[in-house]
Amino acid sequence: MIIVLLLVLPLLASLLLFTGKLGKHSRDFALIASLVEFAVALVAGYAFTFADNKILNLSLNLKQLLDIDIIIYIDSISLMMVMLTSLLIPIIIASNNNREVRNHNFYALILLMQMALIGVFTASEMILFYIFWELALMPVFLITAIWGGEDRKRISVKFLIYTVVGSFAMLIAILYLYTLTSPHSFSFESFYQLKLPYSVQVPVFLAFFLAFAIKIPLFPFHSWQAETYNVSPVQGSMFMAGIMLKMGLYGIIRFILPICPDVVAGGSLIFLPLILFGVIYGAIIAIRQPKLKKMIAFVSLSHVGIIALGLLSNNQYGIEGAILQMFSHGVNVVGFFLCYQMIVIRTGTDIISDLGGIASSAPRFATIFLIIVLANVALPFTNSFVGEFLILLGLFQSNVYIGVIAGLTIILGAVYMLKMYQQVMYGPQTIATQKFADLTTGEIMLFVPIIICIFWVGISPSFVLQLLQSAVN
Amino acid sequence: MQLISILLLVFPLLGFLTIGLLQKQMNRNLSGILASVAIFINFCLSAFLFGYVISSNQVLEVPLFDWIKFADISIPFALTIDRLSALMLMIVNGVGLLIHIYSIGYMKEDESVNRFFAYLNLFIFFMLILVLGSDYLMLFIGWEGVGLSSYLLIGFWFKDHANNNAAKKAFIMNRIGDLGFLLGIFILFSTFKTLSIIDIADKASMMHSGDMTLTIVTLCLFVGAMGKSAQIPLFTWLPDAMAGPTPVSALIHAATMVTAGIYLIARSSVLFVLSPLTMNVILVVGAVTALVGGLIAIYQNDIKKILAYSTVSQLGFLFMALGLGSFSGAMFHLTTHAFFKALLFLAAGSVIHALSGEQDIRKMGGLRSKIPFTFALFIVGTIAISGIPPFAGFFSKEVILTAAFEHGTAMGVFATCISLLTTIYMFRLLFVVFFKPAGKDFKPAHSVHESPKVMLYPMAVLAILSTLAGFVQLPKLFSETQGFDNYLAPIFATANGLVAAPEHGLSVQTEWLIFILPLCVIALLVFYSYQRFVNAKELTPATGIEKVLADKFYFDEIYDFLFVKPIGFLSDFFRQAVDQTIINGFVNAIGNGTLFAGKRLRRLQTGNVGFYLVIMVFSVIAILFFNIIL
Repeated sequence: MIIVLLLVLPLLASLLLFTGKLGKHSRDFALIASLVEFAVALVAGYAFTFADNKILNLSLNLKQLLDIDIIIYIDSISLMMVMLTSLLIPIIIASNNNREVRNHNFYALILLMQMALIGVFTASEMILFYIFWELALMPVFLITAIWGGEDRKRISVKFLIYTVVGSFAMLIAILYLYTLTSPHSFSFESFYQLKLPYSVQVPVFLAFFLAFAIKIPLFPFHSWQAETYNVSPVQGSMFMAGIMLKMGLYGIIRFILPICPDVVAGGSLIFLPLILFGVIYGAIIAIRQPKLKKMIAFVSLSHVGIIALGLLSNNQYGIEGAILQMFSHGVNVVGFFLCYQMIVIRTGTDIISDLGGIASSAPRFATIFLIIVLANVALPFTNSFVGEFLILLGLFQSNVYIGVIAGLTIILGAVYMLKMYQQVMYGPQTIATQKFADLTTGEIMLFVPIIICIFWVGISPSFVLQLLQSAVN
Repeated sequence: MQLISILLLVFPLLGFLTIGLLQKQMNRNLSGILASVAIFINFCLSAFLFGYVISSNQVLEVPLFDWIKFADISIPFALTIDRLSALMLMIVNGVGLLIHIYSIGYMKEDESVNRFFAYLNLFIFFMLILVLGSDYLMLFIGWEGVGLSSYLLIGFWFKDHANNNAAKKAFIMNRIGDLGFLLGIFILFSTFKTLSIIDIADKASMMHSGDMTLTIVTLCLFVGAMGKSAQIPLFTWLPDAMAGPTPVSALIHAATMVTAGIYLIARSSVLFVLSPLTMNVILVVGAVTALVGGLIAIYQNDIKKILAYSTVSQLGFLFMALGLGSFSGAMFHLTTHAFFKALLFLAAGSVIHALSGEQDIRKMGGLRSKIPFTFALFIVGTIAISGIPPFAGFFSKEVILTAAFEHGTAMGVFATCISLLTTIYMFRLLFVVFFKPAGKDFKPAHSVHESPKVMLYPMAVLAILSTLAGFVQLPKLFSETQGFDNYLAPIFATANGLVAAPEHGLSVQTEWLIFILPLCVIALLVFYSYQRFVNAKELTPATGIEKVLADKFYFDEIYDFLFVKPIGFLSDFFRQAVDQTIINGFVNAIGNGTLFAGKRLRRLQTGNVGFYLVIMVFSVIAILFFNIIL
């Protein structure tokens, strides 16, 4: 039942917010609702850890009503994504301090999105999955289109069309696979039991891959990303980078790996080198990207590409490292966007060359930002080190060349991150940063959960890795 | 015992956290004392462990927890204390303690002194992980961690971008080496299914010499060592790293961190002796680095840069020793080098302190009488590093030179020549700074003053060590017992057992020759340097080949041309041309094309039923037609 609660809670809260009755208290209400949701997720996690078969599930028999079985279940991968979602959403809500411009609808959309995301991560039946998948798109589209920056209409529509095209390919694949099941069923299980011949796996792989590659995004389907991140309010960007793109990676785990195993084992057609190129490409662009927010987009392109490579590495370490890294990346990128926001609300600019010397007047912020930067360059004892280590190990074992080239990101990551950090935080102060105030206690609280996650996963990842183990097998 | 080993990590970490978190609140004088106390306790613990390791002759394994463990991968977090790590413990904590105390005086006036000591303790913490780690991944944690501390301390004065650039360069160059190290770890794991250093050494000792996998692994590890220990081609970061405060240069960039590469190879001695190819590569890289570093050092004018290139050269010399298979010789010289190089840096710091921040030796001179204690200490350091008996450097160099002569006379002569470079650049430095009459550029901001006792005492201790440390192992000519060799013998036993011992040792005559000849040359060189550098009015501007040396062989310019500029260009090219124009342009074109087609097709919707019927009829015909054909 706890899963239903996870889904219904944000939905109800969201509906209540849409009415606008809460007025000034919208933000507080949304924050409390998301915190309660997080508590519920923790309970679910606790129940899960002590469940015998490491699965929580729930079936609603709606045969009379809709002629479909609704099955929702949580295995360790779902749990991890649910945890990530419910951990990040309170931070995203709390980070919004622009109370006047963004009214109750803003928070309602965020909570609606949370419900859709949790639906995506817990559905175990294709129709349900697809509905949630598309539903999750709408709030972020609206957030960008309504509260975005310059040129928001054109960019948000482009984003919408782009992702819908991908989803459409996935829908066709789903419907096609449905015709192959006997007896006909949309449940994941029945899809997994299809032992497709290689020639059928290829088009199915292509259709799914297109959908996920656009969502994640992977090179060369990424051109919506930097624009949309840039124009969207920072909460929207956090959503997209922190959680939404994980939907695509999650899709790879749920569909591509079990349904098209032979294609993956054969090296995923031509896509591994293509993703790999994107990884290096994103990293190189990040080195001299003049705008901080766009830089985060390209850094994300690079990091997420590595995760996708890990998932498609056809190697146990690679896959498991990649799943762990999905969590870590979500945490780190939201941390990065938070730092971005702190800078922008104080200086009004995100042009990297206009900034400088912030560390002199804001030592607390400098320390926190440094920790997040170091987590992004995968220093040992931070969360990304474990994930990237396992991914690279897996890649190395499955294909030496890809492993070595992907390893170059270790160097490039240090280049773009330290270059950015130095330019923004060190050196003499500039006009923009002259009166940079250090973080308030409230702002530090936003970072606390992120920093805890960075070190916790970095120092003792075994617990999570062992939980994931059952699902990876 | 187990508890003591864990405490070794706890105290520096506690020091770091306490000082780091209470930076604002903490009294400026307290932080230095607190940090030093943490390291002092650590030193006592190390001494205890050192004694324990010697007396019990046991290897202490301390498992802490499972770090990465699932499926068939198991990487525990564990510490190993054996003779090698106990030696490193003594060096790191001992020299570390002295430099902490020195820093109390040196950094007194700095506004961020608390941050400084927090970083210093953080460095010790990671260095100890590096030294104590019992598997390669733990070593790697320490390896990256000291890199981080080094980055933070080089860029300690972050308001000046020159310092930040140096810090960034150090981190990135180290990362290049780290990638090599990491790849080595991947191969080790794929081959041996474990990362435990002892287990790997056991399994590898069964393999035959020249095994392909081992060769690749050792080359990868050596790339890591090149980054951390500043070998050609990854050495240019070390001279730049002098941008950090001088105690940092002494501790991190001379005595401890930069020797991590030597430690790594000594730790993996079994793997390396089984890869003759790698050993030769190490020998060549070490020799070239020692030569190039020594030559550049002669033509520098910044007191810290001279010492930095000297470190590069000495590290090259250490790698030569490793390449020759003299692991314990390398460790011996590593130990003595830690003492006298730390001493020299601290003494240089004292000079800089006395002159209120001046580092250019052309603006110094005649300091002999003004700062006599510093002068005396500097002399001890100079003599020790030049290899003049009975100071420590002589004994440790002797071991390496003997190994070189055993390898072949040409090698021996070459190694001797390289070690003689030391004499030239060190005595040039000594004479110019302390003896040469002060030139007209000599205008210190305020009166020249001797450093306080808190700085002098640690230097005095180092001076004593630089004088006496050599006596633990006298040359074979004088003594049968090889104290240092015997101490490390259990560590390198397997490795030494795998290679055939040289058929005949050196004859007594040769040994005397190795002993006497360099001393004569040193005497001549000292005399020459005195003439050349004290009496010459000005340091003449360099020309020809000297200019190439003074400009450091243009390494930085070449790297800039080969890597930095092209990547910057590529970055702009990708962003503007590829991403904006091609990829985004293509996507937008599809979008616009669709809109355009939509506009055109809209005209078909005329509302005229007859028109629709015509279209329908034609369509049906077309479909039938296709069906017939196919």
